[in-house]
Amino acid sequence: MKSLDIDIAVIGAGSAGLGAAIEAKKQGMDVLILERNDELGGITLQCIHNGFGLKIFKEDLTGPEYIQRFIDEAKELKIPYKLDTMVIEITEDKEIYAVNKKEGFLRIKAKAIILSMGCREKTRGAINIPGFRPAGIYTAGQAQRFVNIEGYIPGKTFVILGSGDIGMIMARRLTWLGCEVKAVVEIKSYVSGLIRNQVQCLEDYNIPLILNHTITKIHGKERVEGVTISSVDQNWDRIVDSDQYIECDSILLSVGLVPENELTTKAGAELSNNGGPIVDDNLETIMDGIFACGNVLQVHDLVDNVSEEAKRAGKNAAIYVKERYGKEQIKKDHIKIIPGINVGYVKPDYVNFSNLENLLHFHLRVKEPDRDVIIVIKEVNKIVYQRVRSFVIPSEMIEVRTKFKLEIISPNCRELKIEVLPVSLLEVLDEVG
Amino acid sequence: MDYDVIIIGGGVTGCCIARTLSRYDLKICLLEKESDIASGTTKANSGVIHAGYAADRKYKKRKLCIRGNELFDQAHKELNFPFKRTGTLVVALEERQIRDLVYKRNYGTEDGVPGLEIIIDKNRIKRMEPQLTDKVIAVLHAPSGGIVSPYELTFALAENAHINGVEFFREHEVIGINKIVAGFEVETKPKKFTSRIVINAGGLFAAEVSRMAGADTFEIYPRRGEYILFDKGLIHLNKVLFPMPTRLSKGILASPTIHGHVFIGPNADNILDIDDISTTTRGLKEIISGGVMLVPNLPLNAAIRNFAGLRAVSNTIDFIIEATEMVGFVNVAGILSPGLTSTFAIAEEVVRILIEDLGEELKEKEKYNPYRPKPEHLSDFTKMKLNQKIMENQAWGRIICRCETIPEAEIVDAIHRPVGATTVDGVKFRCRAGMGRCQGGFCMPRVMEILSRELDIPYKEVTKRGKGSHYLVNKVLCIKLTEDSKESKEVAEK
Repeated sequence: MKSLDIDIAVIGAGSAGLGAAIEAKKQGMDVLILERNDELGGITLQCIHNGFGLKIFKEDLTGPEYIQRFIDEAKELKIPYKLDTMVIEITEDKEIYAVNKKEGFLRIKAKAIILSMGCREKTRGAINIPGFRPAGIYTAGQAQRFVNIEGYIPGKTFVILGSGDIGMIMARRLTWLGCEVKAVVEIKSYVSGLIRNQVQCLEDYNIPLILNHTITKIHGKERVEGVTISSVDQNWDRIVDSDQYIECDSILLSVGLVPENELTTKAGAELSNNGGPIVDDNLETIMDGIFACGNVLQVHDLVDNVSEEAKRAGKNAAIYVKERYGKEQIKKDHIKIIPGINVGYVKPDYVNFSNLENLLHFHLRVKEPDRDVIIVIKEVNKIVYQRVRSFVIPSEMIEVRTKFKLEIISPNCRELKIEVLPVSLLEVLDEVG
Repeated sequence: MDYDVIIIGGGVTGCCIARTLSRYDLKICLLEKESDIASGTTKANSGVIHAGYAADRKYKKRKLCIRGNELFDQAHKELNFPFKRTGTLVVALEERQIRDLVYKRNYGTEDGVPGLEIIIDKNRIKRMEPQLTDKVIAVLHAPSGGIVSPYELTFALAENAHINGVEFFREHEVIGINKIVAGFEVETKPKKFTSRIVINAGGLFAAEVSRMAGADTFEIYPRRGEYILFDKGLIHLNKVLFPMPTRLSKGILASPTIHGHVFIGPNADNILDIDDISTTTRGLKEIISGGVMLVPNLPLNAAIRNFAGLRAVSNTIDFIIEATEMVGFVNVAGILSPGLTSTFAIAEEVVRILIEDLGEELKEKEKYNPYRPKPEHLSDFTKMKLNQKIMENQAWGRIICRCETIPEAEIVDAIHRPVGATTVDGVKFRCRAGMGRCQGGFCMPRVMEILSRELDIPYKEVTKRGKGSHYLVNKVLCIKLTEDSKESKEVAEK
């Protein structure tokens, strides 16, 4: 069995992995990227629409153009990588076991590991759609691969369930190819993807968006022949006698993405309620020296944000190797970050007390859309941060960047709570007390 | 005559009869209407091996179940299919139900069901099955009960039958059976076959097949059962858990699968359409409410698939295993639960009918091989062994299905085994590529590529499960420079 030792192993060569590897390399680390696909780039390769890079490069790029810049940079920096290489196991001692067809079984001993395996799409089973199980049901990403990479059209008439970004982008892509997208059906009362995609991919092409509805039956024994959709009440229960039949030969599912953390949990790291590993503000998991970034940590809206997060992970992993690796670990001085009112989840899950004065990045999603809100961070009842926003929606991730002055936060602080409150409610609270 | 025996139907019953008869000096073929064997009732059922206390004493299925259960150990040794005696528990949630457990235990023990025991010590029950509801009053433990992968059992039977000379014809739907001198002419869509003996193991279609042969003696009604399968690792069950049974079925059970998942189901819904395997909102709700009665901690938000199967219920309620007035035509029909458990006993019964009722002098083959090697799985290898396998064959190092860690080598093997996979579902059911939590989201296009290459068919022609179930409609344009690019160039030139 082939065995090697390195400073930092990066698992996954998508936008997160490449970004993290480039930064770690720049910090002077000996880096190795492990990628299960047969090329570098990850899922961005099949996202041939534009809208990438506006934040980082101030340019409107397609997915492949965006990721190529990182691939080129990784190659210029001569970062070694292994393709077609599947990591089977990570141990808590940061040993990685992987296989590929040329080298067989590999044992890689790393000083630090960066997890950047991305996410995957929820399937039909995950949302329990009743009906037959014919061919013609694809996740939006699967259809995207067929069209953009393999070069095949998987159907002629489509109904798309869920209004995630990939689903809406595929609605437009399929329309361009001459397919008919009969409807995008969304169970919630608002779209799950970005507003810009609702406008540019659906409204501009007159594709009907049917809110508060879901598919209640799939028809067709061999190949999809149609769907029954029904309206739902607030509890998402089907409303009797609201069924309508739509004829179609294909169904795309765009019902959400889940971080892909099988390796993470096998290594012993815990996940939080968003499906990503619990991390501190260094993006370090509860496993010493194992870091996470990109969609494996939290599903992002924009690849630019993934690249930024990856850069931080790469930098922090390098600092770990230089300053903390091999030394006895100091007891971690953690402040827990708690999602409060109207916060679905927040990353990071912990902040190191010693980092409070540094620039901290919090990412969160609200549970419900709201207008005129205030984002607050509280130590017990004392507000230590606040910012007003006119509109929030679960599909748009909120970023909070802030530093804390040490005199504001008590030295015994163990918890900070982050909440998104209606401005009116805050005024009431103020009056009370 | 082309054959001594034609078996109609490639479910577990038909394949088990084929394998059992392949021991004898007979020329046998099996006809299946679908694109693969194990495509009907066999594919979608509970996969439970019952101990045998459940059926009423007046039915022959009781005796066949108890005998069939015994036969599993030997068969497992020979055929290497996934099987485990986990034990089963019938769960009483009310005091008055204990009396029923006592009947089951007493009659079961009298009829030879081993080890039946009623347990009322709650601590002991919870140690046996920590996930069981706190409301449990008593359980009937049957240690000989267990779980099996019904389709992998069927593939094993077919592979072994094939190496012992049985010919398999898939996508050969029987459309007519004519009595000819000393036998039958069996008409299928592609061609006609002749045989001295015809065994009808047509499952849901057995009554129709029997009528074709002129034996209009019974009816088959479909009774649908829906299931929900949960992701691995979130909950673990040790035992198959049954509620107290109802008149229609054994009730909604919660069970581990042989591959480490947990499922709940089935309900029992008498339906009209003989191929309506759709699931329903009502049905899924029904099985969830049944499932949580036994296991309150079901991970309801981590379902990975729902599916439905049809039981073939005969109007006699019991199994129909008999020679008919049409001499040489044998019916094996109405095989619903405990049909899977009884399968080897049913095949023994068919042998008895051939000898006693049809006067066959069955002679054992000299070169009968009862063994079917276990397919090699990456998950069974040590790290060193896997390293060595990859050095011998690179395809072991190319992982195609990420969720279940299935390498290309296992997929190629699934395709080239006897009676191998020809479709994406065929690969999935043989080696589990696409069975995991992403349900083929990533690997399906790659599995299609491998099928296209190994079977030498165009990529676009690869199907989910045969005729009519195409995935792809049209070519977009030549983006990927593969073998196909020549073809696209030609199209472009035109």
